Amino acid sequence: MTLTRTKGSAAPPAPPAPRRRPNRHPDDVWAAILLAVPFGGLVIFYLWPLLRTVLLSFSEGTAFTGYTLSGPQNWQQLFEGDDIWRALLNTLVYAAIVLLGVPIAMVVAALLHQRGLRGRSFYRTLYFVPVVTMPVAVAMVWRYIYNGDFGLLNEVLDSVGGPTRAWVADPDTALYAVAAVGIWMALGTNLIILAAGLEAVPETLEEAAMLDGAGPIRRFFSVTVPLLTPSIFLVSVLSVIGSLQMFDLLFIMLGRTNPALADSKTIVYLFYEEAFVRNDRPLGAVIALVTLVVTLAVTAVQFRLQRRWVTYA
Amino acid sequence: MRESSGVRSSRHLMTHVVLMAGALLMVSPFVWQFLTSIKTLGESTRIPPTVLPSSPQWSNYSAFFDVVPVGSMAVNSVLALVLRVVAQLLIASLAAYVFARLRFRFRGPLLACFLIVLMVPPQLFVIPQYEVIRTMGWLNSVQALALPGGFSAFGVFVLYQFMRTLPPELDEAARIDGANPWQIYLRIILPLCRPALAALTILTSLFSWNDLLWPLIVNTIPERMTLPVGLATLQGAQGTDYPVLMAGSLLTILPMVLVFVLLQKQFIRGIAMSGIKA
Repeated sequence: MTLTRTKGSAAPPAPPAPRRRPNRHPDDVWAAILLAVPFGGLVIFYLWPLLRTVLLSFSEGTAFTGYTLSGPQNWQQLFEGDDIWRALLNTLVYAAIVLLGVPIAMVVAALLHQRGLRGRSFYRTLYFVPVVTMPVAVAMVWRYIYNGDFGLLNEVLDSVGGPTRAWVADPDTALYAVAAVGIWMALGTNLIILAAGLEAVPETLEEAAMLDGAGPIRRFFSVTVPLLTPSIFLVSVLSVIGSLQMFDLLFIMLGRTNPALADSKTIVYLFYEEAFVRNDRPLGAVIALVTLVVTLAVTAVQFRLQRRWVTYA
Repeated sequence: MRESSGVRSSRHLMTHVVLMAGALLMVSPFVWQFLTSIKTLGESTRIPPTVLPSSPQWSNYSAFFDVVPVGSMAVNSVLALVLRVVAQLLIASLAAYVFARLRFRFRGPLLACFLIVLMVPPQLFVIPQYEVIRTMGWLNSVQALALPGGFSAFGVFVLYQFMRTLPPELDEAARIDGANPWQIYLRIILPLCRPALAALTILTSLFSWNDLLWPLIVNTIPERMTLPVGLATLQGAQGTDYPVLMAGSLLTILPMVLVFVLLQKQFIRGIAMSGIKA
């Protein structure tokens, strides 16, 4: 059976171009054999679940009674309540704040990129450590640092005359406090991708600008940033998609009894709560589908806006 | 080079000041975590905070082992990681090979099925995945932790991208020598994919080790939990014993940080290659 292609290609008089015509699908059998397991898993764990989630969102029932299709009342119930709107707003605010980490990462990447800079890999290691650490563990530390009574942050702020409060127990600040940690955690990832982009920027351009008398700041904004826009775009899209998934930080930093929790839930948190704490799977399915819609919409907007500011050399 | 060394070093001095300040911000939470982990409970909640413990309380680390079944949780985390990584490397590389190197009917639509999954937020799969695992009777098991992740469209995509860059003459020559696709996959393509496989191994290990939502849902018996879930429940149970919490969380992040320090280059390549964060 492996000979099919050889046989076919032997037929026409011209020996080269063995890829043409004879059999466009010489590997059907092998593909079927080798794909059986991967595709089987895909169906069981991803494709079927996708369909099932859509069906569940239009169903009623419980895990014990089973679920029967019943119509759009779950959707109605969700959107008539306040929770989903609150969660949507929180998630978008969170994503927007974490996006502020991208310019920070750009500055750090540009600083690290300077020629002849010593200790580059030392800095890179330190900036990257939060990326490889478990969000749960990191969130615990920050929760402790943010503590209103004996937290380190309040102590530091107090010593410089800044405002002090119970950062993650106060509905006015909890989401922002979590988002600050989000920036802190994502900096390393953003940095790596932007650094890879900077590597691709031709040095001759930087040098030409330098010879023209442009200072480092001018060079950063007039040469580096425009050439880096494709990487900046990639980082921004990934940052937002990642932010829309935020769960771990919130779950740990705001415990279940936290007074700020009700006002600070994100979509995925709401999903977890409805589907696996309250065990309302149909409602959970609706929320899951909402995350899909939001992710697609936000990403589409970003791709739309891309034309205005991203230049592909 | 072009500038006088005096100018350059003074400019770099400013750079170092800024980078150092940033680095301090990145690292200080971990320093605080460590310092807290060796304080007494009283010291950890003192106002104003004490920086250094009067005498290091290393017993907080052993206390962590007494409060939750850390041993079995660590075993669960490791087993889930290994199973998930091995499954993913085998399964994803097989699928990637088929899509990148074979010509067959329905290649486009089938590949699209994998790529669609990549674009969908994971929550859409979670409820039915849970039902599948429960139906199999696998709740509270290692395979429950590892399984959906073991079949990874992300892995297929990363390896597919890599395999497409290998020259087609490789397969053609092997076929003329009488090798079948399985042999070509195993003996030629897979060995050449080592860098991509290494990057994928590292990223998957990181996902698996740090993951919270899925393990939280499927494994609810303490002896079957993973470390992050164990930590989360520990916080729920004794939310105020900060020294023990900090000791525990420090222990659980240590393996990945060590691996990162040792395999930094591969880590960074993995992130740059896929653009995906943990």
